[in-house]
Amino acid sequence: MPNLKDLKNRIASVKSTRKITKAMQMVAAAKLRRAQDAAEAARPYAEKMEAVMGGLAKSVGNSEGAPRLLAGTGKSDVHLLVVMTAERGLCGGFNSTIVRKARSHAETLRAQGKTVKILTVGKKGREQLKRDHADKFVGHVDLSDVKRLGYADAARIATDVLGRFDAGEFDVATIFFNRFQSVISQVPTATQIIPAQFDAVEETDDSGSVYDYEPSEEAVLEDLLPRGVATQIFTALLENAASEQGARMSAMDNATRNAGDMIERLTIEYNRSRQAVITNELIEIISGAEAL
Amino acid sequence: MAAKLQFDLVSPERRLASVAVEGVQIPGTDGDMTAMADHAPMITTLRPGVLRLDGAEGGAETAYFVTGGFADVAGPTVTVLAEQALPVSEVTAEVIDGFIADARAAHEKALSAGDGATTNADATAKLVADMEAARGLILG
Repeated sequence: MPNLKDLKNRIASVKSTRKITKAMQMVAAAKLRRAQDAAEAARPYAEKMEAVMGGLAKSVGNSEGAPRLLAGTGKSDVHLLVVMTAERGLCGGFNSTIVRKARSHAETLRAQGKTVKILTVGKKGREQLKRDHADKFVGHVDLSDVKRLGYADAARIATDVLGRFDAGEFDVATIFFNRFQSVISQVPTATQIIPAQFDAVEETDDSGSVYDYEPSEEAVLEDLLPRGVATQIFTALLENAASEQGARMSAMDNATRNAGDMIERLTIEYNRSRQAVITNELIEIISGAEAL
Repeated sequence: MAAKLQFDLVSPERRLASVAVEGVQIPGTDGDMTAMADHAPMITTLRPGVLRLDGAEGGAETAYFVTGGFADVAGPTVTVLAEQALPVSEVTAEVIDGFIADARAAHEKALSAGDGATTNADATAKLVADMEAARGLILG
């Protein structure tokens, strides 16, 4: 049986751990609110962008000489996986779920005989993928000193990706991130960004065709597609940020609860040992008195 | 009183403005244009320049500096999607000089990229020129 002093120290240490996890949970809750607001504020732009591009893609997409960002390179031999994870740990399975999804995707592609390249965003994913995919890394984007995610950050990543595409480094690009559903549920998602894909636009036919385009449909589309890529990356980053805080919040909530349980158990044990010590002392005194 | 149209200015990060106006002066890539209510539906790309609102209600900002993007004009609504947009009153010499410096850097890069990218060099040169014109418009 551990002695009383040890138990007391243990309890004190678990108590301070609980304080820390509690504080982290509250910080995550505050950050989550902000991240959600940011994601909300970015929605009108992304939706409008998608609607306009969807309409355009439908009228231009099948014609000859459609932009390569839309039509693709005609091959799908080299795949670029953009894996977006957090810069920090202590957020439950957040990073692992993304990495697992990316890893299985990479496996599938390799089984089909394709070449896989990986661009990591965020330190944690890079660390996890380093073990068996380090040879496929083509770049890394560090966001650890970014306090508040801005469109400029997404634009930077997009420029990087588009530059590689123009240089013919890959044929298909897919981004991996966690889509925020609720505090307790984040869905790891893979979205293909190059060549661009649109959900079948189910709008009435006249919505797209009656528009006049200036300078021309092709020129507008040419201009829009890179922006569309940046917008998709921005949306993914924001979703990811909200998911990260949500995951951290629930992970820290669990940790706080576990620490509470542990303190309870340790306290019971502590009281039991204390009682045992007292009983022992009493027996010693009584048997001493009887011996006289 | 002219008919009103709904004007929205959205940037990737937030909605900057949503007001009823009589007309919007848009700095389109092929030239300036003014959209009023019941304008034929059209989509145009923007060059860096100043977006002006005519007859905006209340004390809303009436001029914005945009660095690019596109405008969707559809009858009763005009939506401008701008990558970066600032109310003109907040644009200072430093801000716009920063944009000009960025555009110049992109231009130099395009020039040094070699002969394969001449169209890119032209595009970035135009960007610099547009930025400088906008600077003249805003700061006088």
